Order: sequence, then C-alpha cells, then structure tokens
Amino acid sequence: MTTDGPTDSLGVTPGQTAGPFLHIGLPYDDAPYVVPEGTPGAIRVHGTVVDGAGTPVSDALVEIWQADPDGRFEHPDDPRGAIPARVQGFRGFGRCPTDEAGHYAFVTVKPGRVPAENGWQAPHLDVAVFARGLLHHLVTRAYFPDEADDNAHDPVLAALPPDRRETLVAVPDADGVRFDIRLQGDHETVFFLV
Amino acid sequence: MTGQRLSVVRYRVPTGVHPPYDYPDYHSTRLRAPSRPLEVLPQRLTELTGPVFGSDRVGELDDDLTAHHPGEPLGQRIVVSGRVLEEDGRPVPGALVEVWQANAAGRYRHVVDNWPAPLDPNFTGAGRTLTDGDGRYRFVTIKPGAYPWHNHDNAWRPAHIHFSLFGRSFTQRLVTQMYFPDDPLFGQDPIFNSVPDPAARQRMISRYVHERTQPHWALAFEFDIVLRGRAATPFEEDDDDD
Ligand SMILES: [Fe+3]
Repeated sequence: MTTDGPTDSLGVTPGQTAGPFLHIGLPYDDAPYVVPEGTPGAIRVHGTVVDGAGTPVSDALVEIWQADPDGRFEHPDDPRGAIPARVQGFRGFGRCPTDEAGHYAFVTVKPGRVPAENGWQAPHLDVAVFARGLLHHLVTRAYFPDEADDNAHDPVLAALPPDRRETLVAVPDADGVRFDIRLQGDHETVFFLV
Repeated sequence: MTGQRLSVVRYRVPTGVHPPYDYPDYHSTRLRAPSRPLEVLPQRLTELTGPVFGSDRVGELDDDLTAHHPGEPLGQRIVVSGRVLEEDGRPVPGALVEVWQANAAGRYRHVVDNWPAPLDPNFTGAGRTLTDGDGRYRFVTIKPGAYPWHNHDNAWRPAHIHFSLFGRSFTQRLVTQMYFPDDPLFGQDPIFNSVPDPAARQRMISRYVHERTQPHWALAFEFDIVLRGRAATPFEEDDDDD
C-alpha cells in the first residue's frame, strides 16, 4: 500500500455523508443494469443492507464495479489494453438505491478472474455503500459461491481472518446470488481501506 | 502464472483527511459505523480502474439547475465552478460530477423532507456534468438555504451542495459537500466538524469570486475538488521471474 511520496500536495477534499436525500441526485433509470436486460447469461446480484440493530437501511445507495467475463477492464489503466467487453452493452458499473426493505438489485454478468501479482484473484465485484450516517463511503467486495477453488486462492480473501471471509461470499439464489451487507455488529461485513 | 507484466499506477492513501465512521456527535453513525477496523485492500486492477462516462450520460441542460422547469426558481442565482484535480495539481478530465441540493428555502424535493418550508415548483435540485480537458466544471443554480434536522437541540445544517465525483479509478470515488464562506452555522454542525483536520475542513468551503459573477445575473463561487493523487512512481509488477 502506498501512503508515502512527495508532499507537493494540494490536500485531498474530505468526504462527507451523502445524507438522506441522495435519491434526488444519484439514481437514474437504467443504473442498476450493468448489462442490458435480456443479456444472455445475465444474473441478478441483490441483497439487503442492515444496520447494527438488524434494521434494514432504506436510504442507502450501492455501487458496483467489476471486470467483464474475460476479467478485463475497458480502461486506459488496464495494462493489457482497454478493449470492449464481448458482452454487448457491458458497463462494468452499476448503481442502485435501497428500497423500503433495505433491498438493492443489479442485473449483470459474472466477471472473470482478474490477475494479481502472483496468480489470480477470484471473480469479484468491488462494492461501495453510501448512506446517511456514513460520513465516508464504505468499500467491500462480493465473491461468488460457485467459485470455491478460485476463492480458496484469492489473495484478498486469504489475507482475512477465516471467520470473516464468509461475509464477502454471496449465497446462491434462484436467478443469481444474494449479497447482504451488514454495516455493524454480528457477522459485520468486512470493509476495506483501499 | 499470469506471465504478463502488470505496470499499473498506484494511488496515495490519504491519512487524517476523511472523517471517521464512528463519530457519536452525528447520531446516525451510531448504528451504521462498522465496529471492526477496516481491512487493508491492496490496490489491484479492479481498484485502479473505474467507469468511464461519456457525454451520452449528460443532457444538454443538466448543468443548469435553474432551467429544468418552465419558470425560474426563487432564490439567489449563482454560478458554481471549479476544477477536479489530483493532489499534484494535474486535472482530471472527463470526470462525472453530480450535485443535489435543497431549494432557496432549505427544502429538498424529497418525500422524507417535510419540514414546513415551501417547495419550489420550479426547482428540482439535481444536476450533472463532465469535466472538460482541464478538469473544469460549471453549474448554474440557486443558493441553497440552511435547514433544520433532528440530530441535536435546535440543529441546523449549514447551506451546502452535495457533490459526487468519479475520477479515473474506483479508488478516487468521492462524495462530499460544498459549503459557503463564513457560514455562521459551522460551529454547531457535526457533519462539517467530523473532518478531523481544521485545514482539511476549509477545503470544503467554496470561495466567492467576484470576477466570475455575471453582472445583473448571478453571483459566483469557486470550488476545486482534489481527488487522491498517484504515488510518486508507477509500480511495476512482473511475476515472470519468481
Ligand atoms: Fe443536505
């Protein structure tokens, strides 16, 4: 991790909570669609955000960012080159506010595995959570339950205490996976400093 | 075993800039702040890339919050402009900037906001734009009013505009609030004061810039937003030789 370097710095602008009214500015109609509806092989990634009392958080917003099914990013900083995904309309990005029940849902395709320094990272989504009461957004990762072998060799999961890893692995569901986010307390989701 | 060179940028991790999650003066943190310390996530490709938004995501009038209805909203018309930069001063072009805010009376057009201040039929309070090649953005809007909330006795939020920014990478994602100079409400606001470093707090306060005003039309405030910068040297990873 890099915390050093020259200090010819302007100073980073601090984060502030998105507050209870983020719905005015952030959601848009097709934001939960990482791939267009009807995309072959599309899955639903969904879950509930709950607070330390187990109460659903109905005013949160969840964002995801992920590789395409080949494990690539259409981005200038992907050293393998920025190439469009083979999946038509793939965005890699999704955004969804939680509803009254604290529930969010995305339509996406499973990412491929992504290279690491030595080997591979298991297929994963980077996840950001914004809400009233979160003075800065939270970052976590969602992994897939049908990738036990890759998960067992994933460097991020491997670095976590075994009893906390499970909070990052989604559970199978009828048409995809469920990834619940527990902000605080029992089975609290692992959140990252990145 | 990947057998490829991964030459990638790294972003500095700022210390002492962002507010803590656990900040009891802001009551909503009590059940929402994680109780376990954050785990370190080394920056790899997923963190070092991010969504690239094109101009197709931004409508022609999205940067003029006074132009979204048939009539003019009430309140003080203002221009809010500035640059999105990295720590070393390099601009962030093509960054999606989204804003949302209360109207001039301090009321949001939102079902949850029902304090007795008037809604303005000519003001929704949401805008978006992309930064240009020099990292510049510009909105036309009205100055939001302060509003009360239930955090503590007679609590009022200083006037602010919510800002959401995408830089170049997932690590640069930032949601913040822009404040106005000399607001008398700063002292009692736990959200503003949750930022531990007083100098960092000042970076959330816009500047009045007389030269940017539009005579007989609008006052002007400048707000530069600084995202995490890149580490001094790009990091070369080569796993061929181990
Ligand atoms: Fe607000």
